[in-house]
Amino acid sequence: MSFVFLIFLPILAALFVPLLFKKMRQIHTGWFVLIVPVILFVYYAMLVPTTSEGGQLVSSFQWIPSLDIAIVAYIDGLSLLFSLLITGIGALVVLYSIFYLDKNREQLHNFYVYLMMFMTAMLGVVQSDNLISLYFFWELTSISSFLLIGYWYTRDRSRFGALKSMMITVFGGLMMLGGFVLLGIMGNTYSIRELIAQAPEMASHSFFTWALILILLGAFTKSAQFPFYIWLPDAMEAPTPVSAYLHSATMVKAGLYLVARFTPIFAVSGTWMWLVAGVGLFTMFWGSFFALKQKDLKAILAFSTVSQLGLIMSLLGASAAGYHIGGAADTVFKYAAFAAIFHLINHATFKGSLFMVAGIVDHETGTRDIRKLGGLMGLMPITFTIAMIGSFSMAGLPPFNGFLSKEMFLTAMLSLTEFNLFSMDVWGVLFPVIAWIGSVFTFIYSFFFVFHTFAGKHKPDLLPKKAHEAPIGMLVSPAFLALLVLVIFFIPNQVGDWLIKPAVVAIQPFLYTAPADVNIHVSAWHGLQPEFWMTLGIFLVGGLLFWKLHKWQRAYDRFPDNFTLNRLYDNLMYLSDGGANRFSALYMTGFIRSYLVYMFSFLIIIVLGALVLNDAFSINLNNLAPVGFYEIVILLALIGSTVTILASKSRLTAIIALGAVGYSIALFFVIFRAPDLALTQLVIETISVALFLLAFYHLPQLSLKEERMKFKLGNAIIALGVGVTVTLVALSSHSQKALPSISQFYKETVYSEAGGGNIVNVILVDYRGFDTLFEIAVLGIAGIGIITMIKLRLSKKEGQHENQ
Amino acid sequence: MRTNDVMLQTATKVVTFIILMFAVHIFFAGHYTPGGGFVGGLLTTSAIVLLMLAFDVKTVKKILPINYVIMTAVGLLIAIATAAASIIFDVPFFTHAYDYFDLPLFGKTSLHSAMLFDAGVYLVVVGVTMTIIQTIGEDE
Repeated sequence: MSFVFLIFLPILAALFVPLLFKKMRQIHTGWFVLIVPVILFVYYAMLVPTTSEGGQLVSSFQWIPSLDIAIVAYIDGLSLLFSLLITGIGALVVLYSIFYLDKNREQLHNFYVYLMMFMTAMLGVVQSDNLISLYFFWELTSISSFLLIGYWYTRDRSRFGALKSMMITVFGGLMMLGGFVLLGIMGNTYSIRELIAQAPEMASHSFFTWALILILLGAFTKSAQFPFYIWLPDAMEAPTPVSAYLHSATMVKAGLYLVARFTPIFAVSGTWMWLVAGVGLFTMFWGSFFALKQKDLKAILAFSTVSQLGLIMSLLGASAAGYHIGGAADTVFKYAAFAAIFHLINHATFKGSLFMVAGIVDHETGTRDIRKLGGLMGLMPITFTIAMIGSFSMAGLPPFNGFLSKEMFLTAMLSLTEFNLFSMDVWGVLFPVIAWIGSVFTFIYSFFFVFHTFAGKHKPDLLPKKAHEAPIGMLVSPAFLALLVLVIFFIPNQVGDWLIKPAVVAIQPFLYTAPADVNIHVSAWHGLQPEFWMTLGIFLVGGLLFWKLHKWQRAYDRFPDNFTLNRLYDNLMYLSDGGANRFSALYMTGFIRSYLVYMFSFLIIIVLGALVLNDAFSINLNNLAPVGFYEIVILLALIGSTVTILASKSRLTAIIALGAVGYSIALFFVIFRAPDLALTQLVIETISVALFLLAFYHLPQLSLKEERMKFKLGNAIIALGVGVTVTLVALSSHSQKALPSISQFYKETVYSEAGGGNIVNVILVDYRGFDTLFEIAVLGIAGIGIITMIKLRLSKKEGQHENQ
Repeated sequence: MRTNDVMLQTATKVVTFIILMFAVHIFFAGHYTPGGGFVGGLLTTSAIVLLMLAFDVKTVKKILPINYVIMTAVGLLIAIATAAASIIFDVPFFTHAYDYFDLPLFGKTSLHSAMLFDAGVYLVVVGVTMTIIQTIGEDE
């Protein structure tokens, strides 16, 4: 079956959403939408047995075959895992949104269309084997995410958040496109599988590092890594189902997917390992540290997501180390990719449920401000239970799945110290230390989230609504996810066999060829290993700090507001907007004089520059004609009248002098034996002087101040420059005639071929009648233009009336 | 103030015809000696302008009831039709043809399709220049 078309199922279903919303008002549109992700989930779940045995499925659809662009759905362990996450959590989120969004007050047709669009985009990203179609779907996720964040578009904050996320993710997306194109050039194919197959040869290519950095920029911006994480907290203005779906479980993991997918290509590079592991780990620390500063439930979760994504990213970076070690399958590095995928699943489960909890709290109390909340434990027991399970899993407590993946994370980070390439042996010791500190903060904010919301004193007077337990339908999805959190803890190895090991093979093909080779057994108890002591330390230090939280949390307020990344972003936007404005105001003066100055200056610079650079100037005095007496006389007259135009005080003098210039040129035509030109020039000059006089007569009386043209040095220099330039070009071109003239042909054939005697006229009407045809068309247009300008203008009174 | 310019008007009555004759001559002579549709057109215009100066725009309109915009259009049409006619004879666009004929009164004369094209040019030039001058002249 060509399952590539299943990618488009959600977007096709979205076509019917507005219809269902308008025609079936009594049923919540979400119920219809729910069918789509459920069908897809069931379909993808049926593929699990195939991939868990190492099988792969390919289905393709030729899009632009001549450019090697196709939509190829390639399903292996990694993409199937993501597809299951997208459809599974998608179904839960749709179910949750049915109860979260009111069918009468909300514009559900917009919401579900965007959501389905996003689902298609995400499925496309994770299943694409073709780089170009991957990029296509990647930008579609950015666009649909933009639409979803700005769903409540009447709010300023929503629009700001939507724009910010758009700017940052599209910036990354474009960088990534650059990386993809470089990869395509290097490998001469757009297929990821074929690129992986020739990965060893590509490593020495000069584009390799560029492609690496550009693709990582794409992954980092999408997955909210430092310093690009700043859009994620602002994206929390989206409806909570969107935050739960896009900004915890799926879209932000697109960057992780990208890193995982390209690890086989780039793992050979030390830059890749350092960047991915280093940036990931730093993001993990940074996000967990600043999560405690937040007052808003969703903002805490946003920073927590940033931190957890950093954790997974650093594990993916560590997994690249397996490439460099002989017999890595026996060492601890085999854990890294497994831990990354494992934590990715775990994070999707617990973070999804926590976001839904935050939504429930918001929905039932009317606020998300953690300072106003408290004591909800008794009022909302089920919500509290779910929140506790999610938070404890996030903190890494047993018996929840977060404990297992956190242990593996610490194992992987500890092992990096033993790695002795790329100066890891010197700096590698930082990795477990930062990981440990980040984990301590993770522990604290997890407790902060759950206990400051649900424990403590209830403050009913601060809450806009009277708090009560959520309806059962809203609780189903988070409860199901919380249940998964528990279940995964007890059957980690089954999950590993079904989902994780096939994905690990995709990430580390240099270590394993089949899922059965991945020899990892997850167990809750490792014995008294270093990671056990570290975990114990996290619990102790974290517990202690959480106990004294009220004492030191105020220290966060001391952080300066002026030196944050958000402020940097704002200033950057302001500068690029205002700066560009000021820059264009600088040269777009609105005066035609300035634009003429630019044009003429560039003319001089370009032409003279070309003349000098190409050494093209030369004077050849050999074939010059002798200068006659009349020519000198007419030339003097011409110069005299030209100077008169410039120096004259009255406009009338200038017009007469202009006429003199025209007639002297007509005399030149006579001397140089061009009777037709002389005739035409005489008549035309007469008519144009008459028209000038007409214009002169109609000058308004008010500004009729007769004065000499002011002397401006700049104008003089530019005028002189243009004159010199044109003269030099004329001299050079006259001295370097490359080809003989074709006029001999005209002379010979004017009578025999064209039956005429006047060469000029025969050229005009016969040899090159085409030009004449369009010249008379130009004349006609000029005539019509003058009629429209004079006859059809609105009277001034009418114009004023229109403006009022 | 209404001046009586008998001398100008009388001279104009004679001179206009001379100019017109000269314009026609220049137009027809264009293929062999200096001249052609363009200059011929301009000279014709100058004859009409002289009339306008000696009398006034309204009078000239009465004696020459011509819509110059239509004249321009007809000129363009003749020009393009002459150029396009060659297609009928299965030769490239803008191919001219000529031959010698024995015409009554003129004797052996060369007739050239380029002359038709030139006539188009002539009409356009007269039409456009007169349009411009008349429009500006009538403007308040």
